[in-house]
Amino acid sequence: MPQIQVTPLGAGQDVGRSCILVSIGGKNVMLDCGMHMGYNDDRRFPDFSYITQNSRLTEFLDCVIISHFHLDHCGALPYMSEMVGFDGPIYMTHPTKAICPILLEDYRKITVDKKGETNFFTSQMIKDCMKKVVAVNLLQTVQVDDELEIKAYYAGHVLGAAMFQIKVGLESVVYTGDYNMTPDRHLGAAWIDKCRPDILISESTYATTIRDSKRCRERDFLKKVHETVERGGKVLIPVFALGRAQELCILLETFWDRMNLKAPIYFSTGLTEKANHYYKLFITWTNQKIRKTFVQRNMFEFKHIKAFDRSYADNPGPMVVFATPGMLHAGQSLHIFKKWAGNEKNMVIMPGYCVQGTVGHKILSGQKKLEMEGRQTLEVKMQVEYMSFSAHADAKGIMQLIRMAEPRSVLLVHGEAKKMEFLKQKIEQEFNINCFMPANGETATTVTNPSVPVDIALSLLKREAALGPLPDPKKPRTMHGTLIMKDNSLRLVAPEQALKELGLSEHQLRFTCRVQVQNPQSEQDTLNTIYSHLKSVLKEHSIQHLPDGTVMVESILIKVSAAAEEPSTKILLVSWSYQDEELGGYLCTLLRKGLPQSTG
Amino acid sequence: MAAHLKKRVYEEFTKVVQQQQHEEAPAKKLRLTKPSKSAALHIDLCKATTPTDALQYLLQFARKPVEPESVEGVVRILLEHYYKETDSSVRLKIASLLGLLSKTQGFLPDCIVDDAINTLNNEKSHQVIAQLLDTLLAIGTQLPENQTIRLRLVEVACRHLTDTSFGVRNKCLQLLGCLGSVDKPVSKELESMVLKDVQKIIGDYFNDQDPRVRTAAIKAMLQLHERGMKLQQTIYSQACKLLSDDYEQVRSAAVQMVWVLSQLYPESIVPIPSSNEEIRLVDDAFGKISHMVSDGSWVVRVQAAKLLGSMHQVSAHFLEQTLDKKLMSDLRRKRTAHERAKELYSSGEFSSGRKWADDAPKEKVDTYAVNLIDSGACGAFVHGLEDEMFEVRIAAVEALCTLAQSSSSFAEKCLDFLVDMFNDEIEEVRLQSIHVLRQISNNITLREDQLDTVLAVLEDSSRDIREALHELLCYTNVSTKECIQLALVELLKNLTKYPTDRNSVWKCLKFLGARHPTLVLPLVPELLSTHPYFDTPEPDMDDPAYIAVLVLVFNAAKSCPTMSALFSDHTFRHYAYLRDSLSHLVPPLRLPGRKLVSVSDSSGMASSEESSQQFLRQSLERVYTIQHLEAQGAQELLEFTIRDLQRLGELQPELAGAADFSATYLRCQLLLMKGLQEKLWNVAAPLYLKQNAMASAAARQILEETYKLEFLYSGLETRQVAIVHHVRLQAKALQLVLNARTSRGVEPLLSICEKFLQEVDAFQRCFVAELTHFQDSFVEKLLELMPRLLACKPLDLVKILQTTLRQSGFLHLRLPEQLHRATATIIEPTGESDNPLRFTSGLVVALDVDATLEHVQDPQNSVKVQVVYPDGQAHIIHPRPGDFRNPGPGRHRLITQVYLSHSAWTEPCQIEVRLLLAYSCSKSRTSILKPAWNESTDGLPTTENSIEGTIPFSKSVKVFIMPKPTRR
Repeated sequence: MPQIQVTPLGAGQDVGRSCILVSIGGKNVMLDCGMHMGYNDDRRFPDFSYITQNSRLTEFLDCVIISHFHLDHCGALPYMSEMVGFDGPIYMTHPTKAICPILLEDYRKITVDKKGETNFFTSQMIKDCMKKVVAVNLLQTVQVDDELEIKAYYAGHVLGAAMFQIKVGLESVVYTGDYNMTPDRHLGAAWIDKCRPDILISESTYATTIRDSKRCRERDFLKKVHETVERGGKVLIPVFALGRAQELCILLETFWDRMNLKAPIYFSTGLTEKANHYYKLFITWTNQKIRKTFVQRNMFEFKHIKAFDRSYADNPGPMVVFATPGMLHAGQSLHIFKKWAGNEKNMVIMPGYCVQGTVGHKILSGQKKLEMEGRQTLEVKMQVEYMSFSAHADAKGIMQLIRMAEPRSVLLVHGEAKKMEFLKQKIEQEFNINCFMPANGETATTVTNPSVPVDIALSLLKREAALGPLPDPKKPRTMHGTLIMKDNSLRLVAPEQALKELGLSEHQLRFTCRVQVQNPQSEQDTLNTIYSHLKSVLKEHSIQHLPDGTVMVESILIKVSAAAEEPSTKILLVSWSYQDEELGGYLCTLLRKGLPQSTG
Repeated sequence: MAAHLKKRVYEEFTKVVQQQQHEEAPAKKLRLTKPSKSAALHIDLCKATTPTDALQYLLQFARKPVEPESVEGVVRILLEHYYKETDSSVRLKIASLLGLLSKTQGFLPDCIVDDAINTLNNEKSHQVIAQLLDTLLAIGTQLPENQTIRLRLVEVACRHLTDTSFGVRNKCLQLLGCLGSVDKPVSKELESMVLKDVQKIIGDYFNDQDPRVRTAAIKAMLQLHERGMKLQQTIYSQACKLLSDDYEQVRSAAVQMVWVLSQLYPESIVPIPSSNEEIRLVDDAFGKISHMVSDGSWVVRVQAAKLLGSMHQVSAHFLEQTLDKKLMSDLRRKRTAHERAKELYSSGEFSSGRKWADDAPKEKVDTYAVNLIDSGACGAFVHGLEDEMFEVRIAAVEALCTLAQSSSSFAEKCLDFLVDMFNDEIEEVRLQSIHVLRQISNNITLREDQLDTVLAVLEDSSRDIREALHELLCYTNVSTKECIQLALVELLKNLTKYPTDRNSVWKCLKFLGARHPTLVLPLVPELLSTHPYFDTPEPDMDDPAYIAVLVLVFNAAKSCPTMSALFSDHTFRHYAYLRDSLSHLVPPLRLPGRKLVSVSDSSGMASSEESSQQFLRQSLERVYTIQHLEAQGAQELLEFTIRDLQRLGELQPELAGAADFSATYLRCQLLLMKGLQEKLWNVAAPLYLKQNAMASAAARQILEETYKLEFLYSGLETRQVAIVHHVRLQAKALQLVLNARTSRGVEPLLSICEKFLQEVDAFQRCFVAELTHFQDSFVEKLLELMPRLLACKPLDLVKILQTTLRQSGFLHLRLPEQLHRATATIIEPTGESDNPLRFTSGLVVALDVDATLEHVQDPQNSVKVQVVYPDGQAHIIHPRPGDFRNPGPGRHRLITQVYLSHSAWTEPCQIEVRLLLAYSCSKSRTSILKPAWNESTDGLPTTENSIEGTIPFSKSVKVFIMPKPTRR
């Protein structure tokens, strides 16, 4: 039986280092090729030797697909293509292709220049790697080779994020990457058609969460910022450069516009500027509002948001500053935080999750005195707020996507094992389909049941169609025909034609059957009883009483003869051709049950 | 260069109207007798050698209409060709032409039914069959009365239902839906025919393999429903299955179907699959449609959201589920932000600093009990309001509105969600949700935290949003005095940020005060900053913020008599001032130690209105005694009455329209009387040039006033219009007489006389029905003399006119029920600014104009803005239709920009801006009096030239501007 195998090399019951191998219809596809934020040794990249067993990757993989530009989905790409060695095509959407190298370069700089690692990929390698990338459009079907085709669907999450359908013949797999089912200020919601894949590989970051309406969160956020600014305080919003930052920028920008506010908003520069440039370009990937209004004004052309300079931090008066990085552990955001922490008029808003040990985590858990390097202590008087802005689908969203795609089975990745367990159970219970959650290196196998296409002769089809009402697409229907398997092709033709083609003559095949019935009546009366009995049972068939002492049901013949020894035992002779096998068999069992006692 | 630029600017931004009287000779109409259409077509078709040619001829033919008489002949020819034709595209065109022809008005297509059915039987091409069925449908709808033909057509459709082409099946279903018999046959002879169960036949095609046919089947079923057939409940389960169809068009139609069934059988019971429970059908359907709010296609989502709003019978339990989305985090139950806000509020602590674990999850959720995909209505609106497409969001907001109007508990619940929508990214949605909240605000009371969110929107830069919000606040109930204070503070903030909102804010505070007198009472000392021991400084009376506070307090004091005890001296003084200057905002109060006319209670108001109405009637009655008075007395009486009426109009705003109208009418009479004074006419003309000038001025003024009478007032009946026209006729007669006296020679007089006679004629034609009321009037006498007038010479005519004018009586004016004068007030520019608007000459400057219009019909076309420059140059600017808003019945709001430009001045100077009401005489006459004329008017020679003009109907506002010379 044909089967599809899915093996996560990363992201199996884990978040980070997304890398999933799929073998489908004899093709091998790698979905995402990410790095792990938590490790600095070999574990940060997927273990490619699992695939290669010390030969080149190109021979094993038909293509690599990258869902979006986050490093845990594309961070290992140059390593794989240049250092391990892969020359096949890499597919990603246009925005991903544009933004991905910026992030990779940034990542390389931090690892090599700051941490001083050697044996890491170089800038040239990133460039070479990007040369192998083939960009795809949304809903565009790309033929990788004769049999393998892929198609991208919109996924929300970040600019250019996509879900991919991988299809070989009639078997298919959908990989969601990260997706978001609720639209936000700059992106729309994920959407897929009813493509009914054999496996849906879905992320499950928020497998056990159902989120509140985003409007409350937005409103709270705006209110906090507005109040502080009106009071004359300064607001610090530590963010990571791409993704949420843009959403918050748009949120504040439109709010400033609406409310006619004058306080300046700054964005600490860096790679954001380059990325913002791409955001301006890929308007088609954003949400309805931005797409509709960009003719008048591109929403990413910020009117109120200006580039930040270090010296601005000491300026008097209210201001709002977006600064990287998001967890306040180093860099500009920490620098500004230190300057502003002492004033209770100021405020810091943490828009995302903070890892334990970072300054962000400490202040969120309520610490008022922070120890800085050099035995200094920093008293935190400013207000600390937490706002969760996340772009993953919650449990409901995941279920909604499954409902949209109607897969035959689901496979969960990119989440914690405990949470997956819950979702798995829910999926199995509510959709009544299989659900897998393999760990890294574990293989999940699904047996598929692909339908086999057969050519049917038009004349045969028309003849069959003419017989009854129009075929119901959801019910199978029997038809008579001959299946010819010849020259690697399947054809269904009418029996006569098949005989003609094969040069055979037709044989008649008849079944006969004897049934003993106890009936004291005469043969003629028995026949009459049978006739009337059948007439009452088989209302829809033509039943004839022929003058030569037989009963015909359609083409089935029934004769009665008395047994020689015992006149009350009648022997019924039933004879039918093989075309009427169904009816004949039924008649036999019917007659075996005996005749009703004739009332005279 | 500058001049050139300026010219261009005007071309682009304004349409300057040039009033010119153009007389156009009426175009003569020719009626050509057409050669028979059928013959021409026949020849054409015979000439055609190739199918393409034939097609061309048919296409040409289809462009012209055919008279009903010749339709049948044309049909015969077409059919003849149809049988001969081998090319299916030509047959298709012929079939479609048959359909078009059978729709011709006045043609009964029953004679071609047989032929059409015959052709159908012999046809092979599916497309042509589909087209022929379409033709049959057209024929069938033309003959709604003929049962026999309908039955035949239905039978034909049933025969073709098994066709393999989807197009044919589609058309068959459509035909069944439109023509299938809805009720049992009435007559005996029809009963013999087999009546098909149309519903069952259509229902079978719900499972067709082609999605288009499935859609057509559902649509046909809906069509049957629309035609009044009661659909069977059995199709409900089928329709529900179709909700999960692969194709959006099917789903969209199925949603409608489910909705229809839920309205038909709301109370019947359906089982819940996979359990033994049963629920009401309407609840089940509600759950299913709610589910469609998270469909993949936005078209379906919009439809589902809209339909949810109209399901009023659904049980409260289900309804409330739509707003509930059981939150959890890490498998622990979580409370929504709304719940948290409510709790914070009820625990007495408002506005806490948000903590990191503030929304920490509570109890653990039982994993088995969590249902992630609820079959119920869970969270439908939460999803709908968060949708990606604003169309869905608007639909959801509207649905919330209608549902909340019928259930107050639901209204309470959906409040939080609506308030959240105030923050939507699209202004349309924000505006809509504010409007919706206003509509349901009778059912709800805002909590403090909710009010806080609502008020935050007051800072919005969009004027529409702010004004909608003010309107909302007018109708809002709040619960505590803190709320009132909060609202006041925010409104004052709004006032300082956007001073132009002054009127709107005051109005809002007026209602807020009147609604919550007891909540305002404890705030009064603070609001008026009075102190028990110390005298506080007297606030500035011109400060809009102080006025706002006073408006709030005075309106609250109206129903709270104890409040006035808290006022300090200057407050009373200010009350008196405001009562006079802003009487629409400040109610009459019963204040201690002041003798005020007690008109505060409503019965008193009513009686005062009644008495003034009586006064109006009496004054008009009194005027009719005028005939018996001599000239001097009559004039005096008129003058008194006019003065009385004018004063009455000022005092009683309800009667202002009627009083003004009668006053103006009487003024016309007065002028006429003065113009006809005997002294004037007895002396030779050259000696009394001055008197003469006076009379002609009077005539001119009467004409002007009559236009005002006709166009400035809404609610006029034909009778009043006739009287106004009569006065106008008199004025014209007076002009004619004066002309005759001053001018030399007969030639010019001749044409004037002719014109006048034509006008009399037109008057007679227009007001034939009213002539009975014109006894003893000028026009009646004229009409009596008409034969003589037509024959006599101009000078004789003038003499006759002169005497009739003098002898003619005074017409009684009966006022209509409702009479309103169109008024306009320019709110902005205020005309108070001393800072001139500076701009470079030759370029333009935009001046914001904001005005309220009352009782103006069709303001888009009639209201213009006029700008008069100090050099006497006047421009008329047409505002765009989009600049008019309609905040209430009879009220309009004009917010527009006027572009100004001029050559350089040496110092700033004032220009005048006013609103004009444009009218066009002939247009109004035809549209009001002869609505059925449409076609025939152009045929008749127009006797009266269309007179177009404008009436200024607002006070003019002066604006200081200063065009600076260009710097080179």
